[in-house]
Amino acid sequence: MTHSQEARPLGGAGSHTDAAELDSPLLPLADDALVLSHRLGEWAGHAPVLEEELALANIALDLLGQARVLYSELGDEDELAYLREERAFRNCQLVEQPNGDFACTMIRQLYFSAYQELLFGQLAELGNPLAAKAVKETEYHRDHAEHWTLRLGDGTEESHTRAQRATDALWRYTGELFEPLPGPAPVGAVDWGALRAGWTERITRVLRAATLTVPESPQSGAWTAGAGRQGLHTEPFGRMLAEMQHLHRSHPGASW
Amino acid sequence: MHDLTAVAGSVPDPELPVVTLAELGVLRSVREPTPGGPVEVELTPTYTGCPAIEAMAADIERALLEHGVTEVSVRTVLAPPWSTDDITSEGRRKLADAGIAPPRGGAAPGSGPVPLTLAIHCPNCGSTETSLISRFSSTACKALRRCEACREPFDHFKEV
Repeated sequence: MTHSQEARPLGGAGSHTDAAELDSPLLPLADDALVLSHRLGEWAGHAPVLEEELALANIALDLLGQARVLYSELGDEDELAYLREERAFRNCQLVEQPNGDFACTMIRQLYFSAYQELLFGQLAELGNPLAAKAVKETEYHRDHAEHWTLRLGDGTEESHTRAQRATDALWRYTGELFEPLPGPAPVGAVDWGALRAGWTERITRVLRAATLTVPESPQSGAWTAGAGRQGLHTEPFGRMLAEMQHLHRSHPGASW
Repeated sequence: MHDLTAVAGSVPDPELPVVTLAELGVLRSVREPTPGGPVEVELTPTYTGCPAIEAMAADIERALLEHGVTEVSVRTVLAPPWSTDDITSEGRRKLADAGIAPPRGGAAPGSGPVPLTLAIHCPNCGSTETSLISRFSSTACKALRRCEACREPFDHFKEV
């Protein structure tokens, strides 16, 4: 990709973001929220029904709000969102997966929102103000995804087939969610084992109620799955990022 | 000082203009550290990503400047998190009058134990026979419901 404007390297002269902040364990959480927000935003104008259009946009807005608060704590939010290269993003690979069909979007939503609710629940108890605020929102996101999972899994033969396909296909990206994020508290003090146990219990219960089979395949793979936190991303992420960053990079400082 | 709080608090919510920011419970503090000096306002968002917060800040600033204040800074605070319990009883009444079912819970100060009300009343006919259409509606803070008695759809300020 070539850009017309002068590159503003992160952590370089004139930058508002210190390089040290890029090692903060808050950055992966911010990136998760931003990337999933953008993916959900791609449904605008394409959702199956009007109510769902509003729901996905609302959830995307909550996630964008989380990302903005976290980025602001770390440095300049525009720099962090729009001027980092793919390898500098620390989001998990689950959230960058393409929307696919509606079942795929909803199972991704189920896996992620159940994780985020438990993570924010712990962070809220550890005294993080954003988590205390956002945990109540993620509860609505998780509830929404659970209802859809039940409807799709226990719906028609076609919806069941698609929901099971999504459940299986996205499973390999779930192991990464429970890899400890080293660093200072509160994120550094999270009990990842408890998080994993809580998530597994919840997801198993929802999938079974939806007549779906809980995958037995590995939750991460040696070849690609599960390295987003280290900056390795799946191929569709580069295209998503190019689209997301294009306007800001082409027209630096533009506003309306 | 109470005067400035009243001025800032009387600004209408940009998305729900029937209620003021004070009634919505999002205005946390109005301070004037040195008399006649800059005024510091603290606001809390209803939802983390609430897009109305910038409009609220601009409206508060304008109202205070019109009141003779020379400099205003508005800061957003997250803790303690806003809850629908922060909506005043007057705010609840105004929401209902505007056709928006107020959130459940949240007793008026001094009214004793919180009465447990599980049903959501239709703001149009008062029926408790209402059903959820969507958890997410025209703004982040509302859900969409329908009354089974009068068949009118209506917004419900969902509890957080």
